[in-house]
Amino acid sequence: MSLLEMKNIRKDFFGNQVLTDINLTLEEGEVLGLVGENGAGKSTLMKILFGMDVIRDTGGYEGDILLNGQKVDFKTPFEALAAGIGMVHQEFSLIPGFTATENILLNREPRKKSVISEVFGERLDVLNRKEMTRKSEEAIRKMGVHIDGDMVIHDMPVGHKQFTEIARELSKDQLKLLILDEPTAVLTEKEAEALLASIRGMAAQGIAVIFITHRLQEILDVCDKVVIMRDGCVVKDVPSGETDIPEITRLMVGRQMSSVLQTEIRDNPDAPIAMSIRKLWVDMPGETVRNVNLDVREGEILGIGGLAGQGKLGIPNGIMGLYDAGGEVTLRGEKIPLNSPRECLNASMAFVSEDRRGVGLLLDETLEWNIAFPAMQIQNKFLKNYLGGLIKWRDEKAIREITQWYIDELAIKCTSSRQKAKELSGGNQQKVCLAKAFALEPGFLFVSEPTRGIDVGAKSLVLNALKRFNRKSGVTIVMISSELEELRQTCDRIAIVSGGRVAGILPASESAEQFGLLMISQVK
Amino acid sequence: MSGKQQNAGKTAFTFLRNNTVPLMFILICAVCIPISGFSPSYLLNEIITRLGRNAFLILSLLIPIMAGMGLNFGMTLGAMAGELALIFVSDWQIWGIPGVVLAMIVSIPFSVLLGWVCGKILNMAKGREMITSYIISFFINGIYQLIVLYLMGSVIPIAHSSIKLPRGYGIRNTVSLLNMRQCIDNLLAVRIAGVKIPVLTLLIIALMCILIVWFRRTKLGQDMRAVGQDIQVARDAGINVERTRIISIIISTVLAGFGMILYLQNIGNLSTYSAHSQVGMFCIAALLVGGASVDHASIGNVFLGVILFHTMFIVAPQAGAVITGDSMIGEYFRVFVSYGVITLALIMYEMKKRRQKANIGEQLALAQKEEEQHE
Repeated sequence: MSLLEMKNIRKDFFGNQVLTDINLTLEEGEVLGLVGENGAGKSTLMKILFGMDVIRDTGGYEGDILLNGQKVDFKTPFEALAAGIGMVHQEFSLIPGFTATENILLNREPRKKSVISEVFGERLDVLNRKEMTRKSEEAIRKMGVHIDGDMVIHDMPVGHKQFTEIARELSKDQLKLLILDEPTAVLTEKEAEALLASIRGMAAQGIAVIFITHRLQEILDVCDKVVIMRDGCVVKDVPSGETDIPEITRLMVGRQMSSVLQTEIRDNPDAPIAMSIRKLWVDMPGETVRNVNLDVREGEILGIGGLAGQGKLGIPNGIMGLYDAGGEVTLRGEKIPLNSPRECLNASMAFVSEDRRGVGLLLDETLEWNIAFPAMQIQNKFLKNYLGGLIKWRDEKAIREITQWYIDELAIKCTSSRQKAKELSGGNQQKVCLAKAFALEPGFLFVSEPTRGIDVGAKSLVLNALKRFNRKSGVTIVMISSELEELRQTCDRIAIVSGGRVAGILPASESAEQFGLLMISQVK
Repeated sequence: MSGKQQNAGKTAFTFLRNNTVPLMFILICAVCIPISGFSPSYLLNEIITRLGRNAFLILSLLIPIMAGMGLNFGMTLGAMAGELALIFVSDWQIWGIPGVVLAMIVSIPFSVLLGWVCGKILNMAKGREMITSYIISFFINGIYQLIVLYLMGSVIPIAHSSIKLPRGYGIRNTVSLLNMRQCIDNLLAVRIAGVKIPVLTLLIIALMCILIVWFRRTKLGQDMRAVGQDIQVARDAGINVERTRIISIIISTVLAGFGMILYLQNIGNLSTYSAHSQVGMFCIAALLVGGASVDHASIGNVFLGVILFHTMFIVAPQAGAVITGDSMIGEYFRVFVSYGVITLALIMYEMKKRRQKANIGEQLALAQKEEEQHE
């Protein structure tokens, strides 16, 4: 009998199928490597297994999960924990001011009863510090990687934080299955090796491990079998001895694409450099950028791709001054001061943010205002001057005209140019964001995740509008997207970011496998 | 400059930056004490009296800070509960220590109820606890006045006309507590070189400190520290965050009620409508003067704060009178300083947060530089 069996798991988010007929089995003491691109459905699958609220809030799932042959349906993560499933998440779930020991035993502290707690309830039990130290040391020993139990979390190197989380799961006596979601992403090479050794140790003690990572060599090193997911399906389930990295990569990214391949790609190595980025670092939470050097050629569309959390979003946000950044950025020979959005805009740069509702739009205002506002603020367009510029009056007529022009040009679906931005659908809001940037008539345009959260039809409209804008007016565009396919469809060259650094730049005509290899590569 | 010196310089600078407020007050006191011309024994007497009077009230602020709810301006609610209890007890004519103890017991249900309401509301306003609790205290003050001014004597039976307004209902502006004045302070009091030491009061305060130390080591205390540092992580670990936060406010409110009763037994009369109005602000200012911040406060901060803040209170009016010939200037000075200290502490807290944020960027830049040197 298998420890864990998942049968025909299906899940949709409001009609959008994200998992289709997933079947998985896992034996005691077995290590399973789960790989797939972002959005392949790995996280959703693990959330289902772990009973996370988000699954229930979006209508639950179909299919059966069997644990030791018994059907289970966890209502909360706590039920999953009680049943012996532990999970180490990508984001740390640690109290910064507590020691490792206090975190390992958080809310499971051994206690001592006293007279007061007999009267007022068990929350007034005193913590048994000695027993806490003993238990945490035991868990750390089980893990096989040494960390100092008395060290406070915020003084720890990031790797030790990760190990503290793992020790926390190991300190639970009932633990049978441990899910590790990209645990090595933040570790140094040495720490990662220690972790792999520790995974083998856990498996030897009979604990089953599901290991999610983008570092494929690790999978081959440590796992008994590999499960590769793509577009919500399991595309392959093999013992790790019977496969290799190129095959896994191909299965991860390779999909049938025929209609989408673009016809016109310009790769002109002689074009002058429009923007040169040197030694850029950006402190954007979850999208840290380290030491990026990048040249953008005049007139091209440069794509920036990569897996989520690797730093591709940090690049435009840092350059445009929305997050703390350092380094050197020059635009056509002029130095661009960092950490100053206004200077960037004055230098005729524009930015379509991935945060459409937060940064991109004035949700409660009309389309006219949304489209004309930045141009009015920054370039004094659409203004009538009286008394020699002392009094400035909005030129409503010009605003309406330009709005109407973009509504027609980009096919924005709305009742009138005076409709409020929040009443539009996601795709149409995105078009308004583009129109807003176009109305600035920028010399250089950043577009971040232009198709996030919009449907297929709207996607191609938005991408076409971008391409047309570039080809017609010759504006240099840098487009950031998580979807490799749309980058290959729209861009001339594509830079792949991994671990906060540029892993490589390839022409858009290169094969998907080549890009896939860059995405999972480790840059030093 | 050598590396070692540089390091020492840096440490000294960090110490200065982290202790700006206490150092500033030490300086003010050092300047004002000689100018005021008070004798050391008088000064010491006054300081000890005020220590006994205020320390308990300020201790009530520690637990919400531990639970990450900032400075509990809602402690005023506890003060009102204590006053209500005192009004009842003086109406029942129970005086002396039994009166004080009874008042404390009577205040508990009021405090728990008010603390629960306050905690519930603060749970809806996470991250804005301080301003919310400040406004709640104004709102509850309105209800308190309704009860004391209109309901007492008309709906709530009040027997003694000595505390009632002449019109037959409502409580007088001042309720005399003469019969319990300093009853705790005087029991077991000793005089050393002309300085009166209220031993029992200090013992009660010491007991309270021990209780707080003990509380920190309990499961509930540990949960509060966890909730105070990261609500989400605490919740993921299965701690009932909302309940824990409410309990911390209830404890604070109950302790503030006790503290207010101790405070008023020392003063000897109750200004029915205004005794509580500034108590929260003065306690918070004192705690901050002692070097506490929005997210960190210790028992040491309480005592240092009481001593420095009240030394300034004692000497500033006199020093002001000596310098300008007008004693009002000192009175003005103390209110001005209280608000100033709170504002300064809030600004410094924000600056600290920003500095920590900027640190991450600096580290990134540094790591990059090291990398380049490697190459």
